[in-house]
Amino acid sequence: MAHGPAKGIGRWLFATNHKDIGTMYLWFSFAMFLLGGAFAMIIRAELFAPGMQLIKPEFFNQMTTMHGLIMVFGAIMPSFVGLANWMVPLQIGAPDMALPRMNNLSFWILPFGFALLASTLFMEGGAPNFGWTFYAPLSTTYAPDTVNFFIFGVHIIGASSIMGSINIIATILNLRAPGMTMMKLPLFVWTWLITAFLLVAVMPVLAGAVTMMLMDINFGTSFFDAAGGGDPVLFQHIFWFFGHPEVYIIILPAFGVISEIIPTFSRKPLFGYSSMVYATSAIAFLSFIVWAHHMFTTGMPIAGELYFMYATMLIAVPTGVKVFNWITTMFRGSLTFETPMLFAIAVVILFTFGGFTGLMLAVAPADIQYHDSYFVVGHFHYVMVAGAVFSMSGAVYYWLPKWTGKMYDETMGKMQFWIAFVGFNIAFIPQHFLGLAGMPRRYADYALQFSDWNMVSSIGAFMYGAAQLMFLYNVISTIVSGKPSTEEKTWEGAQGLEWTLPSPAPFHTFSTPPNVK
Amino acid sequence: MSTESNYYVPEESRLPVLGALALGLMALGAGLLLNDGASGILWVGTALLVAVMYIWFRTVIRENIAGMNSDQLKRSYVWGMSWFIFSEVMFFAVFFGTLFYVRTLALPWLGGEGDRSDMIHLVWPEFTAQWPLMETPSQAAGSNEFIGPDHHMSFPGWDKMFHWLPLWNTIILLTSSVTCHFAHHAMKHDDRKKFNIWLGVTVALGIIFLFLQYEEYHEAYTEMGLTLESGIYGSTFFMLTGFHGFHVTMGTFMLLIQWIRGLKGHFSSDDQFGFEASSWYWHFVDVVWAGLFLFVYVLA
Repeated sequence: MAHGPAKGIGRWLFATNHKDIGTMYLWFSFAMFLLGGAFAMIIRAELFAPGMQLIKPEFFNQMTTMHGLIMVFGAIMPSFVGLANWMVPLQIGAPDMALPRMNNLSFWILPFGFALLASTLFMEGGAPNFGWTFYAPLSTTYAPDTVNFFIFGVHIIGASSIMGSINIIATILNLRAPGMTMMKLPLFVWTWLITAFLLVAVMPVLAGAVTMMLMDINFGTSFFDAAGGGDPVLFQHIFWFFGHPEVYIIILPAFGVISEIIPTFSRKPLFGYSSMVYATSAIAFLSFIVWAHHMFTTGMPIAGELYFMYATMLIAVPTGVKVFNWITTMFRGSLTFETPMLFAIAVVILFTFGGFTGLMLAVAPADIQYHDSYFVVGHFHYVMVAGAVFSMSGAVYYWLPKWTGKMYDETMGKMQFWIAFVGFNIAFIPQHFLGLAGMPRRYADYALQFSDWNMVSSIGAFMYGAAQLMFLYNVISTIVSGKPSTEEKTWEGAQGLEWTLPSPAPFHTFSTPPNVK
Repeated sequence: MSTESNYYVPEESRLPVLGALALGLMALGAGLLLNDGASGILWVGTALLVAVMYIWFRTVIRENIAGMNSDQLKRSYVWGMSWFIFSEVMFFAVFFGTLFYVRTLALPWLGGEGDRSDMIHLVWPEFTAQWPLMETPSQAAGSNEFIGPDHHMSFPGWDKMFHWLPLWNTIILLTSSVTCHFAHHAMKHDDRKKFNIWLGVTVALGIIFLFLQYEEYHEAYTEMGLTLESGIYGSTFFMLTGFHGFHVTMGTFMLLIQWIRGLKGHFSSDDQFGFEASSWYWHFVDVVWAGLFLFVYVLA
């Protein structure tokens, strides 16, 4: 157990250390973030002006599909798994993850899975072009041949997610330090416990969905074909039974992160800790019973539409509890606005905005107007980007001194935040206007009246893209030449076990569990 | 909660990255097999995965025999296996959900019930909803895209009950759960002889089940006109029973390994997790069958 890191590439290939594996997850997800981001830049460049300028419509469809798949499965999800790998053992006083070898297996599946997925771009017929939601029959009857690689890729990526989640659950339930009772867990740990449960519950559902696609395409079954007695709408039900909890899988760890950051920079304990735990659990429960609000225009009995509309609105209650608690934590605190705090506050504001547009979309009769329009694109980017990605950026700035023992440049951090914040809003606010004016999503070209806002949106997107390169620069320059920051407690107001450790955190921590009072 | 002072964190291991490589090769190979008919890479990947799993389990067993596993680590394995089984439950839930959706919603709608009956009648005017679905909508419309089965697998009536394979399979699998429990009980009381016998009986019952399942499939394909391609009845029937059969195969194999380990003296009355985990898996597979028997065979 006293062994240190191995020399050379073997340290990474054969790793069992939660910090090394966490680091690999984080770098891998950032690489995927840049790849998916490059696809987004291609999309926005094409949409900069009406008409087809840069790429062909078929390739545009491949770009929207690959952008969505890579951002959801390759960037956001693995980034939070990486964060869990690093922080969960530190925050609960565990020596490592519960199952360290399986941990490395979960990680290394991802490069193979995404190499397979990305390689379809260079295959005959091109990459998947049916959107990240891969509705049948677009993804079955009318799919390119490469769909089989996509299906098997999803299978192994799903296996990675399930193993990673089982590991996180086992770690949290079994490796807490003496005295670290469940209701003392840092909120990041709590949100990940619930996220991991959601993942174990719904990744097999996704596996089942793609397996039925595989059978329909290659073996003559008729699950999603009405001619044989099946139903294409069934695909949407199954997909969204996975897909809606998936949305919370992406956002709950982000909630956990900002529940760590806000108390630190407010120099006050989190307001309403237990209500946060219950609200997170309530969101997880509700996520299983609201899926068909993605399908209001697909065809459903009126009773179904009403049920899914009201059930969806219920989610606003626990989410409102969370937003209230974050704001109340800040209320009358001694606030300072370091970069992580700026990101956290931005998450509270922008995520709330995305939540409100979500409420608009939850109203079935109204949704029939917005459905599959740019309003939806604007809405979910406020949740995915301003919710998940912003909090991830905040998390990196927040814990980077603990990981590296070096301090990032505050001015550069703040500059990156403001460029990202402004760029993001310029990119996505206009998309709401475009959608309400009637511009459909996933189109390579558009009518002339949409030109101005599309141009504005593209400019904002390029700005946001540039901010990510700056983020990369900030992280690398901190690692290479950052000011040493070796005190245990980087932030004056920080609470929690990770801040009792030296910075950078030693290769092995808590070999003997700490005592938690 | 942690009570031990030391948790065994294993040394660097080559197995995980090789396992990931194996899964990557299998995914690539399976795609190539379907798209180009080339099976080489799939075989290489499968062989590598089998080798990795063999060495991995051997390593874990040796660590346990060497006494490196604390009670706390053993609890981690318990959690790991439990949540894995939960994920399997969700996997089967998809196919059961599909069956329920098709039977209670999709087919009646295709048959003209519901809000949009006026439109459906324009598409498949001759179609009548029934279960088991013997005539597909495309057949009713005079196309041979999907041809329904000639016969179905449902309950044939009390008089022919004892010639009905699913009933025998149910009896066999339920019995095997009981014998598996007897084996567990025997090991708890350190009765190795009984353990070997009862676990051997369990494995044998598993193999008999698989043999009968093969017979059923053979009959379906050769005599009943029931295939994967015979509309939604064939699709759901083979998907549910096929994945279940695959899980029985895995479970039988796992129990067989535990039987061999039992002969080698790996277990004791208080340390037998390899066997216990396999037996949980076996009981899970058994419960799935109970659901299958009810919803695929009986209530049809």
